[in-house]
Amino acid sequence: MALSSEALHKVYYTMTTIRQFEERMIKEFMAGNIPGFVHTYDGQEAVGVGICTHLTDEDIIGSTHRGHGHCIAKGCDIEAMILEIMGKQGGLCNGKGGSMHIADFDRGMLGANAIVGGGPPLCNGAALSAKTLGTKNIAVSFSGDGSSNQGTVMEALNLAGVLDLPHIFIFENNHLAEGTGDEYAVSGDIANRVASFDIPAVKVDGLDFFAVYDAMEKAVEHTRSGKGPYAIEADVIRFDGHFIGDPQAYRGEGELDDLRANKDCLKIFRKRVTSEGLMTDDELDMLDAQAGDAIEQGVQRGLAAPQPAVEELYTDVHVSY
Amino acid sequence: MSESAVNEHPVKTLREALNEALHQEMERDSRVIIMGEEVAGGAGCKGSDEAYGGVFGVTKGLGTKFGRTRVIDTPITESAIIGAAAGAANTGLRPVAELMFIDFIGVCFDQIFNQAAKFRYMFGGKARTPIVIRGTAGAGMRAGAQHSSMLHPVLTHIPGLKVVMPSNAYDAKGLMISAIRDDDPVVFIEHKLLYETKCPVPDEMYTIPFGEAAFAREGSDATIVAFGAMVPKAIAVADKLAKEGIHCDVIDPRTTSPLDSESILESVEVSGRLICVDEANPRCSLAADVSAIVAEHAFSSLRAPVKCVTAPHTPVPFAPVLEDAYIPSEAAIEQAVRETLGGR
Repeated sequence: MALSSEALHKVYYTMTTIRQFEERMIKEFMAGNIPGFVHTYDGQEAVGVGICTHLTDEDIIGSTHRGHGHCIAKGCDIEAMILEIMGKQGGLCNGKGGSMHIADFDRGMLGANAIVGGGPPLCNGAALSAKTLGTKNIAVSFSGDGSSNQGTVMEALNLAGVLDLPHIFIFENNHLAEGTGDEYAVSGDIANRVASFDIPAVKVDGLDFFAVYDAMEKAVEHTRSGKGPYAIEADVIRFDGHFIGDPQAYRGEGELDDLRANKDCLKIFRKRVTSEGLMTDDELDMLDAQAGDAIEQGVQRGLAAPQPAVEELYTDVHVSY
Repeated sequence: MSESAVNEHPVKTLREALNEALHQEMERDSRVIIMGEEVAGGAGCKGSDEAYGGVFGVTKGLGTKFGRTRVIDTPITESAIIGAAAGAANTGLRPVAELMFIDFIGVCFDQIFNQAAKFRYMFGGKARTPIVIRGTAGAGMRAGAQHSSMLHPVLTHIPGLKVVMPSNAYDAKGLMISAIRDDDPVVFIEHKLLYETKCPVPDEMYTIPFGEAAFAREGSDATIVAFGAMVPKAIAVADKLAKEGIHCDVIDPRTTSPLDSESILESVEVSGRLICVDEANPRCSLAADVSAIVAEHAFSSLRAPVKCVTAPHTPVPFAPVLEDAYIPSEAAIEQAVRETLGGR
């Protein structure tokens, strides 16, 4: 484990930011301050942060409908994210994207993607650019157990293998595709499927930041050095519904209580770093408070921000017919 | 460029004109790449590496000249081809992706209409997706229902896409160069029956702007708006009628999105008669679209009901006799023009 104390602080700050961000989005959604459909990432923080800690702004990620955590982990400004999620002027996409379509090309965030399986083919393109232009950058796509069943993902895996693209495929298996379990919906095994494309694929405990971090270190070493694609399947859970407001009737009795008590990646991280003397509870609490303050400030700015001008309806597209 | 100047240039087929445009643009800009099935010539076989060059030969020779890192043979994997092209376009390249037949858009439509077409708007103007999707289209080769469609109406319906459909070799070259230099996703529809048609095409590079119709013939008695492979047929009809003293405007919009509705309206305001000729199926077609535009903006100029000459609302049949009946004929166009003129 090569993380400095400063890096560990940053890791935990990012993880707690994602957790509190999502909890706050749920609150603001329930209060009627967020339109539309919102899918939260709470519970999966160790994956997004464990992966993105290895990436630069020039590396590209492609995200999913459950993309807030990937955005934050990749360095997107949380205030501009909140403005976007609230559909306000000054949001990362000027209010035209929303929660499911946040993109920030300056941070190498190619876009959340609300089509399950939509992202991996595009990330192949980012990898193709890197390879063709000789930049040594890499592309990373996030997929779930749900999208692992999409033909587009299979096609992307095959083409990445055929063209030897610098593309790391991350499969966050949270065992739920909306309300359908992976035991029902995934025939066979995701990592084994990938391996059959002759792409190295490893499984990792997605609740353990350090396990994800270490796996990604190897993946990046492989891919950045020109050895082609790689895949990581992270075993993870989600704390909330498919979308905010999902009654989650598909959950078993006591399932959610058990997840929160025993499978909370933030608690697991805290226990590890405090027991090993790497960080103290006070330091972690302070980071929790700092993250909470930043989110509070972002939410207040978001609530006060103006709506987009109606004329914006007609911009950023070639024909106003 | 004047007509006489154009005529001094060497005669080339539409296929050659496209090949030349691709060569020149790849030479000019190292970010331009080509990807698709056998676009370089084929791969992984024992025989020639130049067996193909796209199945219709449009990309022939490019792989040898520019190398296989810029002319990329892919597996048969349309979603992955278009997805990679779009993602590469977002990150610095200017890909030209080939769909062997436009019908295959069915298996990669998400990457076109949900992804590439929406990025610029959905991401608040920050994304650029300079990708050209080339596809061969159209009936007449006995290729059956899944290799013969005209899908420009479906594509024109989608905001964010530009849709180009040349009717001759000269336009094909200029429109292709414009398409490659455009920062929006462009679908470039090539009618199979036009590949061997020829006309003078300058050796040097030139562009033709999108949304600017060409008047293939001029006349004030009727306005014929024709698309793609229907343009030569409309010209033949106009030339025949001209001998009888009936003079028609033949408007070739060249791009269906953006559409030069202004030129169409100006012509109809003079002629008072509109005939739309489109090989696509009729419902929600360009023929229907142009009719609606004229009804909305030039209704008072109309002196006769609008006529639409299109394919029937059926898939493309295989049997030659049926396919011939499917494709709008010169006789049908001529009859429609005469009907708008009260049976002259």
